[in-house]
Amino acid sequence: MKVVLQNLTKTFPNRSRKADGDVVAVKDFTFEIPDGKMVGLLGPSGCGKSTTLFMICGLQEPTAGRILFGEEDVTSLPPEKRGVGVVFQNYALYPHLTVKQNIIFPLQNLKGTEKLTKAQMEEKAYEAARLVQIEALMERKPGELSGGQQQRVAIARAMVKMPRVLLLDEPLSNLDARLRLQTREEIRRIQKETGITTVFVTHDQEEAMSISDVIVVMKDGVVQQTGRPQEVYDNPVNLFVAKFLGTPPINLFDGNVRNGRLYIGGADVLGVEGAADQDVTVGIRPEGFILEDKGPLACRLSGIEVMGRDISVVSAHDASLNPAVRSVINAEKQVDTGGEMVRFSLKPNKVLLFAKDTEERVY
Amino acid sequence: MRKNNLKGWLYLLPAMLFLGAFMVYPLIDVFVYSFEEGYNFASQTYFDIGFYNFSYVLHDTYFLQALKNTFLMVVITVPVSTGIALLISVGLSAVKPLRNLFQTIYFLPYVTNTLAVGLVFMILFKKTAYSDGLVNLLIHWFGGASVDFIEGPYWAKMFVMCFYIIWVVMPFKILLLTSAIASVDRNYYNAARVDGTSAFRIFRKITLPMISPTIFYLVITGFIGAFKEYSDAVALFGTDLNAAGMNTIVGYVYDMLYGDSGGYPSYASAAAIILFVIVLTITCINLLISRKLTRGFS
Repeated sequence: MKVVLQNLTKTFPNRSRKADGDVVAVKDFTFEIPDGKMVGLLGPSGCGKSTTLFMICGLQEPTAGRILFGEEDVTSLPPEKRGVGVVFQNYALYPHLTVKQNIIFPLQNLKGTEKLTKAQMEEKAYEAARLVQIEALMERKPGELSGGQQQRVAIARAMVKMPRVLLLDEPLSNLDARLRLQTREEIRRIQKETGITTVFVTHDQEEAMSISDVIVVMKDGVVQQTGRPQEVYDNPVNLFVAKFLGTPPINLFDGNVRNGRLYIGGADVLGVEGAADQDVTVGIRPEGFILEDKGPLACRLSGIEVMGRDISVVSAHDASLNPAVRSVINAEKQVDTGGEMVRFSLKPNKVLLFAKDTEERVY
Repeated sequence: MRKNNLKGWLYLLPAMLFLGAFMVYPLIDVFVYSFEEGYNFASQTYFDIGFYNFSYVLHDTYFLQALKNTFLMVVITVPVSTGIALLISVGLSAVKPLRNLFQTIYFLPYVTNTLAVGLVFMILFKKTAYSDGLVNLLIHWFGGASVDFIEGPYWAKMFVMCFYIIWVVMPFKILLLTSAIASVDRNYYNAARVDGTSAFRIFRKITLPMISPTIFYLVITGFIGAFKEYSDAVALFGTDLNAAGMNTIVGYVYDMLYGDSGGYPSYASAAAIILFVIVLTITCINLLISRKLTRGFS
């Protein structure tokens, strides 16, 4: 089931007496979520990603625009008629019901011809439980489960009615780091296995990049960029997207372009054919640095962090917009930790240029 | 370690002294009085020790009347007031505009003086030389015969009494229940809405279990409060409750001590002990039931 969002807009009345006008949570969001794909809505808190999710599931009504599931316009349908399953941020499992009762709960709401017998309900509940591998926990109460298990129960409850679209609100934010890794693979597996169109919301770019087919980066209610994770990472359209994606984050420098050459702090660091002469903000991905004795970019070495597979060279540069320049280098390379200066040359495809005023990408 | 212990006891001392002097000692004293037959305050003497005081109280028609009245009040007012308070709280939680206004109105009885409330009830129910009371006017208007609520038949008096108690205890219950309902996580309702749960089912399956600890608290304290009913009866029927046939257990205790027939501390103590045993038993049963029903809650 593909999901189409057309010019979706949501405004809230302004609560503050001083400011005039409504608060725009989501502005003119147009996007098509392809059938059977997993889409990550990504952005800092307050960017409108959760509002978008709640509009898709029907808990919030859009101020303007349309939502289509396939060819069907669901904009004004209540949530239960849309066929969506939702996993809430804190899972919202009913604490006084057992796992089984929680999973069956949505089925007991069915009326008329859809009504199921007790045996059918049990069967469906166990089917959903099998999918997330919690059959052994059916008689427990949510309070007796770990965070990861609660997450699975919430997914089972969302899936038990075989929804057309699965929506997840910050699915991993309540889990610790190790469990997060495991659960995101689990979510990916369930999504692949059922082929269900899935939309999830996160502020964690790593989470979004790792399991989404497509990511949507949002800021202040406006979509910045959509595309495959690698595509968006490699070719961000503006400074915001470039800064938001990637850990460690992108390194920023003041620089300028003259005659097709890029200068940082007066040093000619790279050829940038085709870029117009201007002052720019230079973004260099941490993996875009090559350690070289005669490299053009000279930084003051402040330290080295060993991370096993890689080492991270922390240094400083006068033109840098961040306090530290962080570069990630293969651990097999020898770094002279005694030296005061460290010199880099740059990988051309890891260097991005942004206009100083508009912050749009210029190269 | 020992020094810390000493310090702790020292901090507790003032409270313990007060509690000991004004709570624990009198309690023990009452217990002792209740077994001393024919105890006399003035001469500090008694005839014998035994169960005669209890036997007397339990055979006293006034006490039995008070017992019956108290039980009726408890059985009627606790469920009715809790039920109505629950309905009003759910309603209050559902409306957005004017919620504060309604909350204030519902809370007014709580801050109103008992005797002032009694006065209002007199205007509503009491027959005077000039009027039959507002409620009787209403009854007339619908074509009914007038009823004397204050000095008339037992059921009419009991009705006014229960009406009064319910009206007085309701605000506190509404206050607690609305805050309990407001503290239920919105996400549960969102989850239920996505699944198309009907409003009634949401109430029964989500709201009610979530606020059940508060409900049990209200029922338990409601039982205790209703068993100790006295001042409201005085506000409605005057100090001679035995004559009005509307005495309560606490009223009986008071009468035995200070009323016209006063001067019987032994009987008063025995009656107080009986009340204590009743309240203790009922509270234990309540706690057992509530534990059983709210088991597995986080």
